[in-house]
Amino acid sequence: MEPISDLIRRLAERHGRERSSLLPILQGVVEQEKYLSEYSMTQIARELDLPAAEVYGTATFYSFLEYKKMGKYIIRLCKTITCSMKGENQILLAIQEMLKIKVGETTPDGNFSLLQTNCLGFCHKAPAMLINNEVYTELTPEKVRDILTSYINSNGGGTKNVNVSST
Amino acid sequence: MEKRIKITINGETKEVSPGTSILDAANQSGVIIPTLCYHKDLCVAGNCRVCVIEIAGQKRLAAACATPCEDGMEVLTNTLKVRNARKHIIELLLSEHNADCTSCYRNGNCELQKLASDYKIMTQDFLDLVPFRNYTIDNFSPSIIKDDSKCIRCQRCVRTCAELQSVNALTMSYKGEHAQITTFFEKSMNDVVCTNCGQCVNHCPTGALTERNYIEDVWSALADKEKFVIVQTAPAVRVGLGEELGFDPGERVTGKMVSALKRLGFHAVMDTDFTADLTIMEEGSELLRRLKEVIVEKRGDVKLPMATSCSPGWIKFIEHLYPDFLNHLSSCKSPQQMFGALVKTYYAKAKKIDPSKIVSVSIMPCTAKKFEAARPEMRDSGFRDVDYVLTTRELAIMIKQAGIDFLRLPDMHFDRLMGESTGAGVIFGATGGVMEAALRTAYELVTGREVPFKNLNITPVRGMEGLKEASIKIDNPLKEWSFLEGVQLKCAVAHGLANAKIVMDTIKKGDADYHFVEFMACPGGCLGGGGQPIPTNPEIRKRRALAIYAEDVGMPLRKSHQNPEIIKIYKDFLGKPLGEKSHKLLHTTYIKRSSF
Repeated sequence: MEPISDLIRRLAERHGRERSSLLPILQGVVEQEKYLSEYSMTQIARELDLPAAEVYGTATFYSFLEYKKMGKYIIRLCKTITCSMKGENQILLAIQEMLKIKVGETTPDGNFSLLQTNCLGFCHKAPAMLINNEVYTELTPEKVRDILTSYINSNGGGTKNVNVSST
Repeated sequence: MEKRIKITINGETKEVSPGTSILDAANQSGVIIPTLCYHKDLCVAGNCRVCVIEIAGQKRLAAACATPCEDGMEVLTNTLKVRNARKHIIELLLSEHNADCTSCYRNGNCELQKLASDYKIMTQDFLDLVPFRNYTIDNFSPSIIKDDSKCIRCQRCVRTCAELQSVNALTMSYKGEHAQITTFFEKSMNDVVCTNCGQCVNHCPTGALTERNYIEDVWSALADKEKFVIVQTAPAVRVGLGEELGFDPGERVTGKMVSALKRLGFHAVMDTDFTADLTIMEEGSELLRRLKEVIVEKRGDVKLPMATSCSPGWIKFIEHLYPDFLNHLSSCKSPQQMFGALVKTYYAKAKKIDPSKIVSVSIMPCTAKKFEAARPEMRDSGFRDVDYVLTTRELAIMIKQAGIDFLRLPDMHFDRLMGESTGAGVIFGATGGVMEAALRTAYELVTGREVPFKNLNITPVRGMEGLKEASIKIDNPLKEWSFLEGVQLKCAVAHGLANAKIVMDTIKKGDADYHFVEFMACPGGCLGGGGQPIPTNPEIRKRRALAIYAEDVGMPLRKSHQNPEIIKIYKDFLGKPLGEKSHKLLHTTYIKRSSF
């Protein structure tokens, strides 16, 4: 993996060093690192000559920019009303039971983080969740267990995504 | 001829210039609209919604602060709909506000409390959310306490820190119901770029940002029979204190302040103006030495322009943001710290008092002075040079607690030895004052003549313009200073750290040809300091400045080097400016800090 300071410099060269370049740079760092550490944020601030507080304010505003250490796979379960009415709670329990983590936590092996998210736009196929950039819909507790199992089994193969979704 | 537009407010027609906000138009015609997030010093945010009004033909209420007048607009500020909306907005703000007013530092001077009182919020229609939230109180800074439970997220502090000060220590983090004002990674104010200037404290409408107060510590010191408690008062305090105690802005209360301090039980009441005069002697000499080192000796390690070092907010600003430019700073301590170092040496010796028994208190218009006094290097007397720093507001609280009828106090004079000052010392409290005072002395030192300005008033460096420039041509200097013949001495004055940043950026680029620059952290200089009475706004700053210059004109002596106590201290104790003793007690060093 590219060292963070090199990554940030490369992103700044691509997106520019304007105030408006901040967001794509934050996204670029999150893409590689999964989250924005204090170090990454100060590096970005230095690179763009912005106040560090402003970088932090921007990072905490956006839901998909994490600022706490995240696992390799970030599970984002939709918490909005349609998914909730279609059994989101059961899915949440199944994930928590299987990975032994609560919302906001990361498994000790650093593989999975569990978060909740607002509407993913898959109300017609509720309940839905994201694992990194992959969408999984019409979830049932059985199905979610299968999905997670496939991630656990495939984990030797790096970041390869095994898509067992029925979308 | 400028185009005017016509609007009616509550049925009365009014002409305003285009671009005027409804709020300003209403205020001009004597209609009061309540505000919270609005402040005259800051850009319009329009987020608190307390100033909502009705516009005829529009269904939705509009924020008066953020809506410009349009021709033919009919504005209604006092309809049932408006009143109910405002009441609901205040109730909603209160539902997330720790409204334990009796134990709040801003009790009695809180804008939210005043609104709640004006609109008589007697019931609670909304769920009180305070018990469900985890609020943080940050009290690690020696200057500022940040209590999120009192915050109404109006963002005045964020705007102050960014617009007036260019520091950006505070930001808006998260969103929606989770939104809060934080520092970088929610660190303590003590651990981030905060300069402790206290402008956020002065602009906060509630008790979310307050100064750390040392009132009880000072009362304890005064009650201790073993201790000899000495107080010094900064120049800007005398033109602000009255506002807290029943006078109009711009009233000078020097004599009453001295009386009040004596009644509070201070054993000696002396004047920071004295060390302001001393600062001029040291700083003026340092400037001349630097000029010689640069012009005659061509030394590359000596930097021009020389920057003043009286404002501790400015010092922390340059330490954080321009750490490679610290050699531009004058090595002189601020007047407060010079005073502190002398009280426990010169004064103690002259009055035969054991310096370990002396408690040195200062009254400052400033919160950054609290930090400055706590700096580890400020112990040159062998003790902590200044033990407690109180703001103008804290002094007013003590005077009220002591039951002193301030309005009826007789005028008294400062005590001797370190209480005499000149007009040059007084004007330290206004932006441009240090520059003016330094020029009055330095010019005379070099040429033997008074500065070529009518009545010694160097008006180009006065006033509220953010950046001011002046230059003086040196003609026919004394023999010792002959190398300055024909030199145009170029000076600049910046107040408010946003302006300081502009000057620093030109210095950084190498485009600045100034010899001497005065920097003050707060808009208007110390008279607009973070520790001054709340509210402070452009109008009030102007009035305080007028008072400062009136005080200057009223002084029999107006040049620092004429101060008899200054002449005496050099004769009896210090020797000469920049001498060995001065070097030990009156000069200091700076440290590089991180900019993040």
